[in-house]
Amino acid sequence: MRRFVKRLYLALILLFLYAPIFVLMVYSFNVSKSRGNWGGFTFGWYAELFRDRQIMQALWNTIVLAVLSAVIATFLGTASAIGINAMKKLPKRVILGINNLPVLNPDIVTGVSLMILFIFAFNMIGRGGLGFTTILLAHITFNIPYVILSVLPKLKQLDKNMYEAALDLGATPAAAFFKVILPEITPAIVSGMILAFTLSIDDFIISFFTTGAGVSNLSIIIYSMARRGVNPKINALSTLIFAVVMILLYLVNRMDSEKLKH
Amino acid sequence: MAKRLIDLVNVTKKFNDVTVLHNISLYINKNEFLTLLGPSGCGKTTTLRIIAGFEYPTKGDLLFDGESILNLPPYKRRVNTVFQRYALFPHLNVADNIAFGLRIKKMRENVIKEKVEGMLKLVNLKGFEKRPVSSLSGGQQQRIAIARALVNEPEVLLLDEPLGALDLKLRKEMQIELKNMQQKLGITFVYVTHDQEEALTMSDTIAVMNNGVIGQIGAPEDIYNEPKNAFIADFIGESNIIEGIMREDYLAEFAGAKFKCVDAGFGQMSGVDVVIRPEDIKITNESEGQLKGTVLNTTFKGVHYEMLVQAAGFVWKIHSTKMSKPGENVGLFIGPDEIHIMKKDAKPEGEVLNEE
Amino acid sequence: MRSKTPAYPYIVWMAIFIIIPVILVFYYAFTKTESGGMVFTLENFARAFEPIYLGVMWRSIRLAFFCTVICLVLGYPVAYIVAQRKTGTRDIILFLIIVPMWMNFLLRTYAWLTILEQNGIINSVLASAGLPKLNLLYNEGAVILGMVYNFLPFMILPIHTILKKTDLSLVEAAQDLGANGINVFLRVVFPLSVPGVISGITMVFMPAVTAFIISNLLGGKQVVLIGNLIEDQFLNVYNWHFGSALSVILMIIIVITIGIFSVAERDEGGAVL
Repeated sequence: MRRFVKRLYLALILLFLYAPIFVLMVYSFNVSKSRGNWGGFTFGWYAELFRDRQIMQALWNTIVLAVLSAVIATFLGTASAIGINAMKKLPKRVILGINNLPVLNPDIVTGVSLMILFIFAFNMIGRGGLGFTTILLAHITFNIPYVILSVLPKLKQLDKNMYEAALDLGATPAAAFFKVILPEITPAIVSGMILAFTLSIDDFIISFFTTGAGVSNLSIIIYSMARRGVNPKINALSTLIFAVVMILLYLVNRMDSEKLKH
Repeated sequence: MAKRLIDLVNVTKKFNDVTVLHNISLYINKNEFLTLLGPSGCGKTTTLRIIAGFEYPTKGDLLFDGESILNLPPYKRRVNTVFQRYALFPHLNVADNIAFGLRIKKMRENVIKEKVEGMLKLVNLKGFEKRPVSSLSGGQQQRIAIARALVNEPEVLLLDEPLGALDLKLRKEMQIELKNMQQKLGITFVYVTHDQEEALTMSDTIAVMNNGVIGQIGAPEDIYNEPKNAFIADFIGESNIIEGIMREDYLAEFAGAKFKCVDAGFGQMSGVDVVIRPEDIKITNESEGQLKGTVLNTTFKGVHYEMLVQAAGFVWKIHSTKMSKPGENVGLFIGPDEIHIMKKDAKPEGEVLNEE
Repeated sequence: MRSKTPAYPYIVWMAIFIIIPVILVFYYAFTKTESGGMVFTLENFARAFEPIYLGVMWRSIRLAFFCTVICLVLGYPVAYIVAQRKTGTRDIILFLIIVPMWMNFLLRTYAWLTILEQNGIINSVLASAGLPKLNLLYNEGAVILGMVYNFLPFMILPIHTILKKTDLSLVEAAQDLGANGINVFLRVVFPLSVPGVISGITMVFMPAVTAFIISNLLGGKQVVLIGNLIEDQFLNVYNWHFGSALSVILMIIIVITIGIFSVAERDEGGAVL
């Protein structure tokens, strides 16, 4: 009896978590635009989704933004993690404290503060406006702290003698870094990059405040469509995104378990 | 006459105003096995790291073959290091770890393969080429670390407490193996340890360090038999150290009695430290001893017994193959040769940091 | 590896994109634009404490509080049940709880729109049963529902992490000593899990109190939170001064929250030791 209650409770919670997503999926195949009744099965909304230039452009923007911001943030973040790791206690604490600001600050505050900065700067130099560049700068800014938080612990764990051992065996500092340190911290760099990529794809609030006329990513498009009410194209989009997420999670899991086998 | 290979000239090293090496001078001969021995924090590892090139001295010079190498970066020095925690590269397998230095020198792969195999044979790990280093035991990792350094044919091998993480039995075996290797290859070894027994077993020369200064340099026998001060006497082997007075040359007074000794030149009635090794005190019948006492405790140590004897207000540690029972009244006899007199002020502050 | 130089580009970046923006927010919060120049003023904060805006702040905190309580009540049993399961099943259930979080936040919120709206599923069911339609959207209830839906995993995961580490044989030990179920829970399990509960509360309360998308989509114009006010000031009213003052207040609320909970966590840690 108790076991049954426990299972029922878990099932109800999972139902609560998944029901809305499944409703979206099911209705993405519904002919009728209104929710209540089932008008028959169709792929029409998907076709319409792919014909929507605006959405496709936003998708492209999202991917370019995520790739660019993740790569740049990974580069800057890894370099600075290496520098921070070499710092003494006090400067290290100060830098990490500032680094944590974008993580702890509400996204909306980060968003408006960057917007103020950009517009302030544009007013000062007398030209320019919010757009792709400003979103990109914003995404890099909120991504770097996560890369640092991912790479720094790994650097701390490294045997301090490892770098010296490489020098000792005749490697120049550059060779020692690329042949010994980099291979050691690569997993942390990769997971930092994936995290940055995901955060960039998922972000709405900061993009919303730092974008300008005509430049949207998927989140911004979804928001503006959702504000106008229910739209079956969003259902189709959700279904596709959910499918992509599931496939990615599956692949990552399989890679992990394969790594464990070896 | 042995050839001087490394010269440390008046080396001082400070870390943020903390002086860890005070004006040290030391030379190391070619093919010598020199051990830097001392408690933790005495500056022995810093000395080694200066030779390797990881630290730059605040003052002083470092000569290699008579030429200053202070401004030579570590990767250009003809020395290699075996680190305390081995510092093997976890992303490389055994063979690639050993080949690291050779690949940096861009040697041909078939030469590398040959050399790696030779090294693995030398350290008794044939057939381990493809193993990941994480799968090896501590002792095996240690051997790989040694092989990785030796394959570069350094003129000097620096070893920083390389056996510290191994268990006692393995440590003893490796001590002998290392010594054999050094003699076979004819390479100069500079060895850092806090383990006096290790130092006595392996070294040609021991430099005892404490608080950033070298207290004594010499052959193991000399350091053991003629320690220069009470700290060294206590650190190298076990000792009874007792305060005394030099009545006159060749006559010391301690424990309420006068003893003939072989030391002179301390000045009349000067306060001194008297050091006597536990194996140098003989237990006799109560009537025949210079001191009379009672056995407090007896422990069997394998080769000998260790007795603690209360006499003249002092507990004496005595090693003997003959057992005396606790409670027994005995006499103690100390011959003139066994008494080592040391100047009092030579005893450094805060010593006896022996970790064990 | 002892060089600090690689950090310098990011230090410059931080100065430009983290520090200066925060300074600008404070600058705007304490100034007003007057005949072309900026003048120091406290007016923006005084205005924020007018009843109408105080009401908004109070609503933000109240809704975040309700959301947190509901998440705790719903989430704790989930964490507890999952922690009792064997590793295999446990990982699968945890995975199932995490997966929806990988969906875009907007889409998850939007999904409720389709369920709750006038022609949504619930109302269709009611209509087909001959019952009158309900106004499920655009009220505080809908906003709380959206928050709970989005933030529930943030409550479950930290509690579960602690409970998983807790030796549940303690429970058996306590039962063995004659404690009944509720006693075991109150005296053994719950006290041990308090650190997880604290971090769960922090992780739910903070995004809830700063939320503005959920209230925008599910609350409409009826449920205005601080986040909505800030958005409005920057994007519609163009009063950066007042918007910045509100942002400063929001930051203060977050700092206080973190402060309270890190003190609570430290006390708890001390008590455990």
